[in-house]
Amino acid sequence: MELDPIHQFEIYPLIPLRIGSLDLSFTNSALFMVLIVVLTSGFLIYATTRRGLVPSRLQSVAEISYEFIASTLRTSAGHEGMKFFPFVFTTFMFILIANLLGMFPYFFTVTSHIIITATLSLAVMAIVVGYGFKKNGLGFFRLFLPHGIPMWLAPLIVFIEVLSFLSRPLSLSLRLFANILAGHITLKVFAGFVVMLGTAGFLGFLGAALPLAMTIGLTALEFLVAFLQAYVFAILTCLYLNDAIHPGH
Amino acid sequence: MSDRDGGSGNSGGRGTEDEAALSARLKRLGEELREQRNVAPEKPGPAAGLGSGLTDAFRLAAGFVAGVLVGAGLGWLFDLWLGTSPFGLIVFLLLGFAAGVLNVLREAGRVKPPSIGGPAERVEDDPDD
Repeated sequence: MELDPIHQFEIYPLIPLRIGSLDLSFTNSALFMVLIVVLTSGFLIYATTRRGLVPSRLQSVAEISYEFIASTLRTSAGHEGMKFFPFVFTTFMFILIANLLGMFPYFFTVTSHIIITATLSLAVMAIVVGYGFKKNGLGFFRLFLPHGIPMWLAPLIVFIEVLSFLSRPLSLSLRLFANILAGHITLKVFAGFVVMLGTAGFLGFLGAALPLAMTIGLTALEFLVAFLQAYVFAILTCLYLNDAIHPGH
Repeated sequence: MSDRDGGSGNSGGRGTEDEAALSARLKRLGEELREQRNVAPEKPGPAAGLGSGLTDAFRLAAGFVAGVLVGAGLGWLFDLWLGTSPFGLIVFLLLGFAAGVLNVLREAGRVKPPSIGGPAERVEDDPDD
């Protein structure tokens, strides 16, 4: 068996579709995105149809996820930030379910492709910039000039702040993408060692226990990373939205 | 440097006074900074502990790399646009480096986020907004 840790990220068309020079094929990536949306909305709709004052198990899961994002958003962007709750919640659920679905063997991990994470983070930045200008007008530029710095430093600081702002979508997308990609590759490599050692005689069979233990540990870690990265993406979205709502007074 | 040292030696009384004022100021600044740092780290994620070190590493690294990359990209575009190669790249790379360091410091909670007053204060003064 050949060890090919990259193979799992391959995108192939399921239903080929070409319009002009555009390749609009329905790929395995698209299939999983549809699956994520169906799963998330199906779960939330089902969990909230039979509402009770004393929540059932499913209902409390839905309530916990709501409360979790709502409190994160409220503490980092204030009550005004709550108008962005649908967006933040959708993003969080999408990333979380995408990461968790990716943990199934043979499943495709949508968030391991930078085009997906970059699109998500650009959507965040578009909302931040759009709403920031709509609410504050040109006052949004105050974001780039921190209070109380000497005037002669201002041009330099403004440049650095602008670059720092521009690097946000990049770091937001890189972080999620790199975490998931690196995690899945390490998992695959260690799992591959188990097979390679396991077929290499008796000593190899014994030695295979080591990468096996590592694989088990890594699987647990990956579940943690799957949740943590969705959370990090959500909380950073909240912080950036906070900048749009209250740029430096 | 030696000139300046001689100068301060001549007016010894003033020099020590200045130094006393300076060290008092340094001390005050140090205390303020310490208070600031005690307040700053407020968000240990829900699953602090196992794996959070790894997450932090990725978080900080991504911030830094993104800063440098954006600087390099902008510098390159600037050069392409104005034909100033390689000076745009050099200047923007340095600025990008500074922005990367700023990102890292900001994400580590050592520097205040850009909006003045932090999120905690914001919630309070929301009503009069």
